[in-house]
Amino acid sequence: MLKREIKIQNESGLHARPASLFVKEASKYNSEIKVIKGEKEYNAKSIMGLLSMGASKNQMIAIQAQGADEELAVNSLIELVSNLAD
Amino acid sequence: MKGLGTSPGIGIGKIFVYKTTEIKVIRENIDDTEFEINRLDKAISKAGAEIERLYKLTLANMGEKEAEIFKAHKMILEDPEFYFAVIEKINKEKVNCEFAVKETSESFITMFEDIKDEYLKERAVDIKDVSTRLLRTLLEIESVDLLSINEESIIVAEDLTPSDTAQLNKEIVAGIVTELGGRTSHTAIMARTLEVPAITGIKDILKNVKHGELMIIDGTTGEIIINPREEEIFEYENKNKKIEELKKKLQNIKGQDSISKDGYKVEIAGNIGTPKDIDKVLENDGEGVGLYRTEFLYMDRDRLPTEEEQFEAYKAVAEKLGKRPLVIRTLDVGGDKDLPYLNLPKEMNPFLGYRAIRLCLDRKNIFRTQLRAILRSSTYGNVKIMLPMISNIKEVRDSKEIIEEIKEELRKEKIPFDENMEIGIMIEIPAAAIHSRSFAKEVDFFSIGTNDLIQYTLAVDRGNQDISYLYNQYHPAVLSLIKMTIENGHEEGIWVGMCGEAAGDEKLIPLLLAMGLDEFSMSASSILKARYLIKNTSKEEMASMIEEILGLSTAEDVEGALDNVLSAN
Repeated sequence: MLKREIKIQNESGLHARPASLFVKEASKYNSEIKVIKGEKEYNAKSIMGLLSMGASKNQMIAIQAQGADEELAVNSLIELVSNLAD
Repeated sequence: MKGLGTSPGIGIGKIFVYKTTEIKVIRENIDDTEFEINRLDKAISKAGAEIERLYKLTLANMGEKEAEIFKAHKMILEDPEFYFAVIEKINKEKVNCEFAVKETSESFITMFEDIKDEYLKERAVDIKDVSTRLLRTLLEIESVDLLSINEESIIVAEDLTPSDTAQLNKEIVAGIVTELGGRTSHTAIMARTLEVPAITGIKDILKNVKHGELMIIDGTTGEIIINPREEEIFEYENKNKKIEELKKKLQNIKGQDSISKDGYKVEIAGNIGTPKDIDKVLENDGEGVGLYRTEFLYMDRDRLPTEEEQFEAYKAVAEKLGKRPLVIRTLDVGGDKDLPYLNLPKEMNPFLGYRAIRLCLDRKNIFRTQLRAILRSSTYGNVKIMLPMISNIKEVRDSKEIIEEIKEELRKEKIPFDENMEIGIMIEIPAAAIHSRSFAKEVDFFSIGTNDLIQYTLAVDRGNQDISYLYNQYHPAVLSLIKMTIENGHEEGIWVGMCGEAAGDEKLIPLLLAMGLDEFSMSASSILKARYLIKNTSKEEMASMIEEILGLSTAEDVEGALDNVLSAN
């Protein structure tokens, strides 16, 4: 299992388009992937899950994956979040 | 049958009944859960294919931005959280698949509706949309959407919403017939913009037609023929030819000035909703834009447009118009035009409530963003600002103060703008018309918004079918207010235009010319006809009849008198 943290930096956070990009990327991997914000865990492959999480600018989230491609999954998702533009 | 002809032209085509069927879901107890899950999988893939098709169609017909929404729908449809929640319900509660889908989507919808964020709140609508599609597929209810029309059709519906009309393909839609709405309903206005013949306000039409039957509509007279005979088809095809011939005549006066028989020059401009409407205005030789309805920039989306987005839109139009004037009306929402993401309160009297300038002066950030974008665009053409729903002088002064502040900001940031940009107001509230002399001292121009002026003067809700017979632009009281406004404007040396539907009304144009109206702004399709009329009217001659016409007792008398003038010319 691999887990990394990241701060949301773009203005509109993980809403709308960024969230759908995130889900699309997460769905490429076989690992079970979760996004953790505060105490709560959300399914990274679910647009409904991510949208209901509602991560905004300057909030910390953690991305956690478990499975054969966990390293690839976590790294690419971290990269995606850090490169989000509005 | 007969209704209100609200967009001219003749349409012949097969009836396409557009209605949303009510979906009834009953809870059933089942044993074979495998079977239900199997049905769910099949329905998801079928609904997914449907969404895919809508995406491609919208992409081809409208563009990527409009199509984007269907990508989001597909994701919601295929969402694992949603899927497993439905499966769990089927397995645990041993219920039928429809019931599980309905309950699950309802709980998601409630969850999203409860979120404080305005954008997320809006997503509840998408979840509703997707689950309805899925339920329709499961229940095998034929789903209708306007994009699926693939032969010359006449759409028959209760009414069309902005998202419906966004899907209209005017190449293939021969006409629109709706049960609700008058001349100024959304359907009517959009039909005129798209130049699709339309008839509105025919009660019970849905009960009287069948999908696939042939129908002829005459959008000028409001007449409808269901299952026409051979000779009727022939007759209307002929009529259509004549209309085409008149169109040719009008093409010949392109490039000419709009000057009356006795030498008075006026300006005939077009009304637009989106930057791409400008092409139609230029095609019809419009001399400018007298009304740019900016609210369309704010509609069919999930959050406010940024300054940059607005700037690009305004700039595009300003550049295309060059020296010709562009009157940009600031945001006019509220009333019948809701923006879900603003969470506007529900009101008892929305038309008398929190809308237009009232909203803008309250939510100043929205207003400031728009004003900055307009000011920035002003160096790219001949831009003017117009404020809607003005009822007292303070609103004008407050708005001008904000505009001054923004000018100062821009100067500091060294961003160019037109220092002399004109600021005008709409005259659409009787108080503003009556008090127009004072208003004229504060602004650079007036534009009379007849749609609301009529509604407020006559106390007639223009969307209410039962009282639409009272909504009448020929009412002597309305015409007196118009005359008063023009005179007061001229006394103070400002120009006066009109951007309501009345400005394009053939019967009223000669009278308005005589009253001294300087600018007529209308649907692009009416521009050349209006010029043709102006060229054939003598202002002085007509002016000698004003007193007599305004002295008539009823709107019907006035309309009759104007009819006579029109046929004499």
